[in-house]
Formats: sequence, structure tokens, C-alpha cells
Amino acid sequence: MASTLLSLASATPSASLCFHEINKGKLNLGCINKEKTNPFIKAKSFGRVSMVVASNVSHFEGITMAPPDPILGVSEAFKADDHELKLNLGVGAYRTEELQPYVLDVVKKADKLLLEKGENLEYLPIEGLAAFNKVTAELLFGADNPVIKQQRVATVQGLSGTGSLRLAAALIERYFPGAKVLISSPTWGNHKNIFNEARVPWSEYRYYDPKTVGLDFEGMIADIKAAPEGSFILLHGCAHNPTGIDPTPEQWGVIADVIQEKNHIPFFDIAYQGFASGSLDTDAASVRMFVARGMEVIAAQSYSKNLGLYAERIGAINVVCSSPEAAARVKSQLKRIARPMYSNPPVHGARIVANIVGDSALFKEWNAEMEMMAGRIKNVRHKLFDSLSSKDKSGKDWSFVLKQIGMFSFTGLNKAQCDNMTNKWHVYMTKDGRISLAGLSLAKCEYLADAIIDSYHNVS
Amino acid sequence: MEDEPHRCFSFLPTFLPLHILIYTPNPVLPEHNRTKSAAVFFHILTMIISRFLRRGISTSTSPTRRRSWWDHVTPALKDLINAVTDAFLADPCPYKINLGVGAYRDDEGKPVVLQWVREAEGKIGATNFLESTSTAISSKLVEESAKLIYREDLDVIKERRFAGIPALSGTGACRIFAEFQKRFYPDSTIYFPDPTWSNHRNIWGDAHVPGRTFHYYHPDSKGLNFVALMDDVKNAPDGSFFLLHPCAHNPTGVDPTDEQWREISSLFKVKNHFPFFDVAYQGFASGDVERDAQAIRIFLEDGHSIGCAQSFAKNLGLYGHRVGCLSILCNDKIQAVAIKSQLKQISNAMYSSPTIHGISLVSKILSNPDIKALWLKEVKVMATRIQRMRATLREALERLRSPLNWQHITNQAGMFCFSGLTRAEVDQLAKEFHIYMTHDGRISMASVTTKNVDYVARAIHEVTASNRDIKILHNIGAYKVNTDICSTSLGTNKTRARGMNLAL
Repeated sequence: MASTLLSLASATPSASLCFHEINKGKLNLGCINKEKTNPFIKAKSFGRVSMVVASNVSHFEGITMAPPDPILGVSEAFKADDHELKLNLGVGAYRTEELQPYVLDVVKKADKLLLEKGENLEYLPIEGLAAFNKVTAELLFGADNPVIKQQRVATVQGLSGTGSLRLAAALIERYFPGAKVLISSPTWGNHKNIFNEARVPWSEYRYYDPKTVGLDFEGMIADIKAAPEGSFILLHGCAHNPTGIDPTPEQWGVIADVIQEKNHIPFFDIAYQGFASGSLDTDAASVRMFVARGMEVIAAQSYSKNLGLYAERIGAINVVCSSPEAAARVKSQLKRIARPMYSNPPVHGARIVANIVGDSALFKEWNAEMEMMAGRIKNVRHKLFDSLSSKDKSGKDWSFVLKQIGMFSFTGLNKAQCDNMTNKWHVYMTKDGRISLAGLSLAKCEYLADAIIDSYHNVS
Repeated sequence: MEDEPHRCFSFLPTFLPLHILIYTPNPVLPEHNRTKSAAVFFHILTMIISRFLRRGISTSTSPTRRRSWWDHVTPALKDLINAVTDAFLADPCPYKINLGVGAYRDDEGKPVVLQWVREAEGKIGATNFLESTSTAISSKLVEESAKLIYREDLDVIKERRFAGIPALSGTGACRIFAEFQKRFYPDSTIYFPDPTWSNHRNIWGDAHVPGRTFHYYHPDSKGLNFVALMDDVKNAPDGSFFLLHPCAHNPTGVDPTDEQWREISSLFKVKNHFPFFDVAYQGFASGDVERDAQAIRIFLEDGHSIGCAQSFAKNLGLYGHRVGCLSILCNDKIQAVAIKSQLKQISNAMYSSPTIHGISLVSKILSNPDIKALWLKEVKVMATRIQRMRATLREALERLRSPLNWQHITNQAGMFCFSGLTRAEVDQLAKEFHIYMTHDGRISMASVTTKNVDYVARAIHEVTASNRDIKILHNIGAYKVNTDICSTSLGTNKTRARGMNLAL
């Protein structure tokens, strides 16, 4: 009856007394009530004995703290520090020269346009906003790319890079059970979590060479060759995180050769398209090269950094297949995976990206802002290198600062040295020696150089 | 594009019966009229060979002709609810009606952007994007969401003895909880009401938690099967996990009375079951957010430490923004911190965090008394319109002298009406009357308007009156259809073939 929804008594004083005692953990037999439950009498209390003992033991008694996220933990420690010279080089979020967060002008414009349009907030389809999916694939592969013209790309909007990686991981787990993903050593800390949670086994290929503070190319090739045939090789499309060390175009060619030879699948994580060199096309060169060879490729994109849309969680997963039918099937399965994860993706970020990339004027503006951001980081790298070279008389080669690319730099400092950076100099960074140049201003380069030189030479 | 000899085999699905149905002749091989059995033989042979050689075969020298990695990926079955919308969109009839997806429509049948959303959007602006403020806003959202569902004045809320994170609407909150449940109770199962929202099964399924069901809907009375429900709760092993809809049950619209909730709660206490509430319609059932939270309040009074997935898609009209909250009540603050860290870790590996835009909107409206008051008014307007449509539809059917009992239309609450229509009748409604709904006969009352209600009533009357002779079987038939479509396990677990899942 409709009336039953609107009638019946709410809690009575005797009921709340029971609740209080229960909550305070006292052992008591609860509310014994002689009235039997009768739906036509407004109940005075519950009409039964409650077993209070059982209610005091939570089902989740033994749950321990999860380990703190190493990257976000740095920001928290930074916040807690009130030294005036403190410097946060932890999380990879772009900062202006004044070390302020930066909202791109083009994003503000797009946001305003959306507000004026006043579009409705209906659910997106499971695969996301169609306009967004179209422009994101074109941005990555190039609008004229045959794979797009032939409709061989399955593109699904994802929750930024993380969400897109997770969709791909779930696809791998489902259709390639037992297949391994090879990740670089080191790599972004969350990669391992994503594959662990998705129950996809992973192993590492050598990448960073601490001796040269550069790429261990032979080790990388050897490890990729040694992996069981049909493995997934996770590659950073540009601006490797955390090292900032990218293969040269020739090296990319050799990597592609080995992957083809061993029948592996290349799996690109492109979180910094535009941020590495300042050019969207240049930064997509590695992916495009693999695709041009006719290889089937998985590529996860993120707009967190290059459009500053960190908190809007916008990205995409692309699977380049050898036929449009395969692409359609793969897309349907990606949707099948997404539906019980979040049903359909958020609309706001997708609309912003679609508006910016789809409008030639806004797209031009974006390119300009991107060049500005990447340019600032390049300048900072130069200043840091100059400061290090002039202040350090030991003859150590600091040129890796210039050779590395993108937001991050692997300083080569070990954990004890990093601790020194934090404890003595109040420079916050991750313990693997990574600094985020996006959080460095020209004004602070000298100070940082002092800190690095001191930590490198005086601490072991 | 030329086909390689095995290509036409290779993109056929692995299931033999379907394969036989869609086999096409191969122009390359000499015989064009090959028998199906020969085709099957070659198909199996090719599969075995290619699997053995791990796709090393390429019958062509050009790399673009190499066999695809994804050949064995079959097309997923369409999500049933979305499939209804697709069929509706494809229909060229000008007076078609979509009663499928549960999204609120106004009396013109149009989606609504709530007034409060416009107000709040104006206030947010671009400051949103600064990731440094994310943590603070997220905490605010969790706090306000907990107050909304649990009651502000409870000790457990005042003392912050709960763990909560923002989630991607109701789906996201349920999924994080399912993963959490799997992590800490790896051998546990989850009990769903029979029937339940079609996506529940896949959510817990993808988290590798098997689903079971407990009796809920009574097809004869079109109401609650309370006796069987209590039996199932009693017979479940102690300490089982149960999913409960606190109001506006989806898909039936059948809710227990307060008294029944009290009894359920006390039995849960005795059995030490864990109640997990999926709150997707707070405010939508009665028009009053406090009233609609009554079931949860009852459980809290009994001292249960519950878990809650809240969706703000419908009641705040934020569908596409994907905002919700997952919360778990704890014994003490230390446990709350520990649990929250685990929830965060799970969500970090799935999507890191929901969008700041949606989170900001929700925390703004819930914490600003003026906007909140505006919202509460709008919720009441929406719920009232639906209640009016329920009454109107029922009256219309009764005026048409339908021999069937349509009391359940007004008995049931919330967005949906479980009409009792059979699959055949649903199909007939779509084909002949261009009215679309899900196969289980679930009608989204939110899409019924004063303009279309008479037409809908006439159509329903037509399809049900024409089956007058088999009306005795009507109720049983409806139940059977429902059990098939909703794939109830009725106490037994079912394993499903991968890739052939009913994407419900």
C-alpha cells in the first residue's frame, strides 16, 4: 500500500537508549519487550531480544593500514613542513614559475562555453562521449592515419590514464589468461598496483642504468627477447616516468623489431603527449611508428597533464586491431568490462577535451600553451644544469639533466641521499631519486643545485 | 581485403553452434559448396594448430595481413538496459515511448537539469581544477553524504567512526565494496534480492565474489514475499553478506514496511550478517530524504555496522557526472582510518579518484543550506510527479475495465513499476505500439507523462486483454520470465562462459 510508505513510528526513546548502550560497547541484553510485533500497532520498541554481544564485533576487525602511497605521501609531508625554503618536487603536477597550480586558459574558455550551452547531464554511453573518442584517437594516431580511416581502432573513454590502463589490464586478464605484462624498471608506481588488482602477472625489463644515469638499452632488449612469446610490453610513449629517459628514434626501431620478432604486443602508456617536446605530433612519434609497421597496439592516454585536467579524470584506451570487425568486438568487450566498474564515464572532462581539440582556434591556443609549459620545463633544466656545472667542481657529468625529457628527472641519488635532501634541505622528492621539474622555478635552481651537490658528495 | 585461408575461420566465435550458423564459404579453396561438417572440421583443426603455434602463422608476407591478436574475442552481448534504448532510438515512429532506462523526465518527457545544479555550477568555476584542493573537497563530500544517509546526530557520525571515499556513482561504490569484500573475505558470497538491478551480478562477479539470491518479490501479490525472505535470511550461513535496497527497490518498486525492516534487522543481528545498502533513490520513493532513509536508520538503531553505496545520479540529477559515495561504519577511528586506506588503494588501482567537478557540485549543495533547500524541493517535485503518474496509469487501466489487478502500480514506489507483463507482451508493446521497456516488464514511471499515459494504458490493456484466456497463467508466466532474464541462481552458484556473459 502506498500508505505504508508514509506511516509507522520512528525510533522511540527506549530504542535510542538501547542504541547508545550498544554503541558504547557495554554488554547488555538489549531491549526486551513484552509486546509482540503487530503491524497495526505503532511499535513502541522492537519486540525482541537483541544479541548485543555479536553487534560489538565489527566484521572488519583485523584490517590493517594499507601502505601509504609513496608519491602522494611526499606532498603530505611537504604540507606538514613549515620551513620557508621548502621545495616540493614530488608529485608530477605542473606549476608556474611562481609555483602555483595552472589552469590552462583554453580550458577556462571551454568550461565557460559548456556552462553557457547548458547541456543536459544524461548518462554517456558506456564507451564515453563519441566526439571525445573521435578526437582523442585522431590526436594520438594522426587524423590521416590509415588505422583511423579503416576504423581499426577500438577507442573507449576512460578515467584518465589509470582508468584506461585498468580497462586494458582487465581485457588482458580475460582474454590472455596467464600472459605477462613486462614493465620497465623503474616505472610509475601505480602500474604494479593496477596489474596486481587486475590479477595480471607482471615482470620487469631493465631500463634505467644508474652508472650512466641513462638507458640500459642492451639490458632492455635482452629482457624483452627473453620474455615468453606473446607477452605485453608496457612502454612509455614519451617522457618516461620516473626517469625522463626516452629511447632515441633508432632505439625505438630496434625495440619494435624485437617485439615483432617475439610476437609480443606493445602496450603504450601516453601520459605526456605534448609535454615532452612541446609538440603533440613529435611526442606521438613512437606510437605512430609501431602502428605504421602494421602492429596491433594498445595505447592508454591521459589528459591530466597536457590539459591540466588532473581532477577531471579524462583519458582513453585505444586498441589498434588488424580489422574493423576485431576492433568492434574488442570495443564491445571493453564496454562489458567498464559497465560493472562504473557503468559509464564522467561527462565533463570529455566535453572539455572534445571542445578544445575539435575547435581549430582553441586547438591552436592549446598548442601554444603546451609549448609554453614544456618550454618552461626546458628552461628550468638548462638553469639547473648550469647551476650544477658551475657549482660542482668535482667534474661529475650533470648533462643527463639536459638529456632527460619531460616533467621528471632521475637524479641518480640513492635513498640516503634523498633523505638528506628532505631532512637537511627541505627538498621533497620520491625516494627513488626522482624530482619533478614541473615543481621547480628558475629562482630555486641554485638552491636545488646546492642541495643535490651536497647530498651527492657528502652522503652515501 | 583478401581473406587468408584461415581468416574466415579465425574471426568466428569459438562456440560451435554459433559458428555453424554464420559460416561463410571460402572463395580461396576449390570447393565452394562445402558441407558444414567439413567446415567445422577445418575450423577445429585450424584452431588447434594456431593455438599450438601461438599465432606464429602468417600466411601472407605483408605485416598488415598478419592474423589478429584479437580473433578469439567474441562480441559481448549488449547491456540489456542500453539495448532497450538502442532499439528505441532506431525506431522511426514519431510517437514512440522509452520506458526503459531509469532517468527522470519532466512532464514533457525531457531530461531535466535541476535548478540547484545551475546554481551550484555558477559558483564553482575553474578553481575546481586545482588538484591540491581535491582532498579537502573529497572529505567534505564524504562527510556530507554520511550525514545525509545516516543522520547527523548519531554518535558514529559525530565521532567520525566511518570510512568513506567518493565513488563513481552507485556502480563505482558497489564495485569498490565488492573488491574490498573479496580482499578481506575471499571466500564469501553476496546475497542479492530476487530480482535485483541487472548490473549487481556483474559488479560482484567481476570482483570474483559469487552471488546468491534471497526471495524478495512475490509474483502473485506483486509485493514482498516476506516469509520466504526471512526464511532465506535465517538459512544463510552466519555472517553472510547481503545487499539490500533501502527504498524504491529496483526493478520491482516493492519495499518492506518499517515493521518488516525491524524484523529483518533483528534477524540480521542474530545471524551476524553484514548488511550492505545500495542507496540509489534517496528522496525518490516518498519525496522525503529522511523518510527514504528509514530502513538504514532502523539498522543503525539496532547497532549494525553497515556499509552503504550512495548514488547521486538520480536524486541530484547528476547522471553523467558519476558522483557517489561508499561508506562503511566502524567501531573506532583507528579502524576507520585503516579501512579508508584500503578503499583508497583499491580505487587508486581502478581510476584513482572520481571527478572533482561532480564532487564539488555535491558537496556544495549538501553543505549550503539555501541550495540544499532548493534541492529538497526539486526532489519532492520529481517524486510527486511520479506518484501522480502511477495513480493516473492505474486509473486509466481501471477505466478501460482491465480485468487484471493493477493495484501494484500504486503500491510500488520509486522510479520503477514491475508491471507483471510477460516477455511476449513486452515484445508486442515494442513492435505494435512502439513502447519500449526491459524484458522483465519493468517500466520507468519517470518517463510516463500526462500526454502519453493514456496511450500507455491503452497499449498495456490491449496486449494483456488479448491474452485473456491464459490469464491464469499470467502471473506464473511473468515470474518465470523474470527468473530467466534475471538469471537467478536460487541458492546455487552458476559459473558463466567468458565472453558469452549476459551483460545484464
